[in-house]
Parts: sequence; C-alpha cells; structure tokens
Amino acid sequence: MKRPGSHAAPRAASPSGSRVFLRAVLRLWLVPVALVLWEAGTRAAANPYFPPPTTIVVRMRDMWLTGPASRLWLSDSALENFPPSLGRLFAGWAIAGVIGILLGVMLGRSVVLARFVDPLVHFGRAIPPPMLLPLLIALMSIGTQMQLTTIVFGVVWPVLLNTVDGARYVDRQHVETARVFGFSRGQRLWRVILPSSMPKIFAGLRLSLSLALILMVISELVGSTNGIGFQLRAAERAFDPPGLWGALVVLGLLGYALNLAFFTVERRVLSWHRAAKQTT
Amino acid sequence: MTGRALAGNKVLCGALGIAGLLLVMEAAGRAGLVDPAVLPLTSTILTRVAELAVDGEFLANVGATMTAWGLGLLLTVAVTVPLGLLLGSLPKLETAVRPLIEFLRPIPSVALIPLAILIFPDRLDLKIAVIFYASCWPVLINTMYGLQDVDPVAKETLRSFGFGPLAVLWRVSLPSTAPFIATGVRLAGGIALILAISAELLAGGSDGIGAYVIKAGSSPDGLEFIIAATMWAGILGVVTNSLFIGTERRLFRWHAARAGVTR
Repeated sequence: MKRPGSHAAPRAASPSGSRVFLRAVLRLWLVPVALVLWEAGTRAAANPYFPPPTTIVVRMRDMWLTGPASRLWLSDSALENFPPSLGRLFAGWAIAGVIGILLGVMLGRSVVLARFVDPLVHFGRAIPPPMLLPLLIALMSIGTQMQLTTIVFGVVWPVLLNTVDGARYVDRQHVETARVFGFSRGQRLWRVILPSSMPKIFAGLRLSLSLALILMVISELVGSTNGIGFQLRAAERAFDPPGLWGALVVLGLLGYALNLAFFTVERRVLSWHRAAKQTT
Repeated sequence: MTGRALAGNKVLCGALGIAGLLLVMEAAGRAGLVDPAVLPLTSTILTRVAELAVDGEFLANVGATMTAWGLGLLLTVAVTVPLGLLLGSLPKLETAVRPLIEFLRPIPSVALIPLAILIFPDRLDLKIAVIFYASCWPVLINTMYGLQDVDPVAKETLRSFGFGPLAVLWRVSLPSTAPFIATGVRLAGGIALILAISAELLAGGSDGIGAYVIKAGSSPDGLEFIIAATMWAGILGVVTNSLFIGTERRLFRWHAARAGVTR
C-alpha cells in the first residue's frame, strides 16, 4: 500500500503538481486501505448482515442505475424515490430557514418579546423531533404534509437561535450610524442588521441542513410511500442487507455532498464579511 | 427604562408567555376555532400530563428510555474521549483518519436503525449502538478541537521540568480540554435522546417512551396521551440539558471567563 514515507522526496521538475499529488496521497491514503480492509474483512467474516462493498455496489447499480442513457441511466426506482426525498429535504429546510430568520430577527431586536417567548423556544427545541411523528400521523395522517411539518419543526431551532444571537449583538455603532444617516427601519434591517447577522445565520443553516437530512430519513422510515428512507425500510422488511447498505451509502454520499455544497456557497457569500472584518 | 424594570422579572415574563399561549389555545378550543376532537383542549392535555407523572407504567417507560440514553452516553464518553485524545495528540494519525471521519459523519444516524434492527436482536443493545454512533461525533470533534486549544507554553513548561508526555496530557491537556469535552457531551445528550426515541418508534420494542406512544396511538383517546408524552419528552430534554449546563458552570467556573471572551 502507499505509505506516506515512500513519497517523501518530491521531484524538482514539477514541484507544484507533484506536491499537490503528494499532499493528496498523504491526506487520503487511508481511504483505499479502509475500503480494501472492509472488502477483505466482510469476505472473511461472511456475515449476511455485512455484505462486502463490491456486493453493495452491484446491488446499488441493480436498484438505481438500470435505466436508459437518456435519463442518466437512472432507473424507475431511483426516479420514484430520490426526487421526493430531496424535494422534502429542501422544502423543509427552506421553510424552516425563512421562519427561523423572521422570528429570529424579531426576537433578537426586541428584548421584551424575547423575554416572554424564551422559555417556549427552549421547550420547543428540547422536544426530540421524532416524538412528533406519532402525533402528526394522528393529526394529519401519512404524507408529504406530515413529513414537511416534522422537518420544519425539527430544523427551525438552530436557525432561530443563531439568528437571535446574530441580530442581538449587532455592533451598536453600526446601527446608530445608520440611524444618523436617516436609514428607515426597513433599510436598517436590510443594510445593517441582516448582513451583520449573516455569519451566525449561516452557521444555523448549516446545522439545520444536516438535521433536515436526519429528519427526512426518520419521517420516511416511519410514514411514507416513497423516498430513500422508505426504500431503506423496505429493504429491512424484505431482509435485503445489500439493499439496506446501498441506501445507507446513498444517504451518506448525499450528506457529504450537501455539506460540501453548503460550505462552498457559504465561503462565497460570506467572503465580503471576512474582508470587511480585516479592514476594521 | 422599562427594560431595566422588567429585567428582574425574567422568570415572570417567561411564565406569562407560557400561560398566555396555553390560555389562547384553550380559548381557541372552547370557542370552536379548533375542533377538540382534532386537537384536544389544553386543559385536558395538562390533566393528562399531570396524570402521567404518577403513572407507574409511563414512568417505567421513561426509565427504559433514560437507561438506554445513559448507557449509550457512557459508552460514547468511555470510547470517544480517549480516541479523541489519541487523534488530537498524534497529528499524522489525525490527518490520515480525517477523510474517514468526513465520510462517516454525514451518514444520517437514524438511517442506521433499520440495519441495527437486523443485527441486534436485543432492543437495549440496538438503542445503545445507534446512540453511540450518533453521539460519538460531537464528543470526538470537540475533544480534538479542545486539544488544539491547549496553551503551548503550559505544555512546554511542564516538559522542561522533566514531565513525560503522559504526565503532560494528564496535568495540562486533559484539564484544559475538559470544558470542550463537556460541551460535546451536552450536544451528544440531545442527539442521544433523539436516537433513543427514534429507535423505539421504529424497532417496535415493548418499553420506552417511543413504544408507549405507539401503543397509545391505538386507543380511542390516545391523542391526549401522545401529546402529554411528547410534553414529557420535552421536559426531559430541558431537564437533562440544564443539568449538563449547570454541571459545566460549576465544574469549569475558571474557564467560563475565558470562553466568554472568545465566544
């Protein structure tokens, strides 16, 4: 296997290229090792619950990649289950984001209101979101509405609390300056308070995104007729460990991709903020 | 300033807020805005909440959930803190393991429950296993992060007095990492409760708050009990969280001043 020591001397010919390569090797060498060990270990153990990764990949292809090329090879099963899951995930996250930011700015800017509502917020946040599933199933039966409500209720809190924090601790000088220059309330909100709370809001949105994935899965596991979580549950009931692992891999990849995408967007959106901080 | 006058009455304001919401909901039910058959009256729910507090069966279920919660958290701390200390003190190992962590961490933890149902025949083992997987990440990340924050001068000082690496770890690194670990454990506590209840809802065991709620769902006036049990789950969340915060404040009073500046 590639060991870090064997690549210790980078060639002088193309220093930047080989250095990038070396750094990648140093950083990622354990990933192929882990994959090989996983394959070898599961083959040796021959435990039906732990299929080798190659079996999982084959099963994943059978499940999701048997469609025609015009549909990016996605099978009916993939098209039936992936879009609804993603739709619920993003819709729930977006609704929670809007509610969280709106309420958060209100509570952050009004000390008196915050004082009345604080215990309610802390209580609401403390309720484990899966507890709502039986309640919501009883109230609105199985379906997208109930799943969206679960996701929104579960992920609104990080955005809300972070926005409250960000809006409350806006630099007083900035607000006063805006007031002196005759900014209206709305302008102060748009030009001063929201931008300066942005880093906090983004931190909340990032937490919410990974939480939204978790709640999407649990709401589909408990009550759904489609979605990746539904397929996961179906694989469990059909006693199909490779299918189960396949769904897990897809969810893991989804989580990883979401994190990465969010990180990239956050860096781009907040770049002005870092620049502004450096000048002051 | 009115804000100053009200500041002393933070508790009163909060209580007024809660009472106000409850009254509005009760009024909406009585005025017919919300059908009591769909959403029970607030007074009915509060009665059920009070009844559950002395209901032996419900308390046994709460006990079962909290046992799994406690054991899962204990296992997490026992395994993850040493692991985090190891990774944090060996930067080369950390760089190697980092991509594995980055790939494993985004897997939504509740998705492991169906797999765990197949693997673990025993419901308590199942709950502990999924709690461990979900709650190890905040503890691990916080431990590693905390180790980076240790004052290098303090470490060097001890080293120059002839203390070995283990002694430095025990006398300097661990105490100064402890507040970070505690924060990680508090975050893990909230996650563990989510996982315990999710596992109970999905695995259909015979004990735990989740199992209680599923059973209540099949009885005619079950909704009242479902809501009351949900309230209790919230109360449990608040109580455990404030216990953690209280312990952190008491144990790390020396650290609070410093953390207050950086946060």
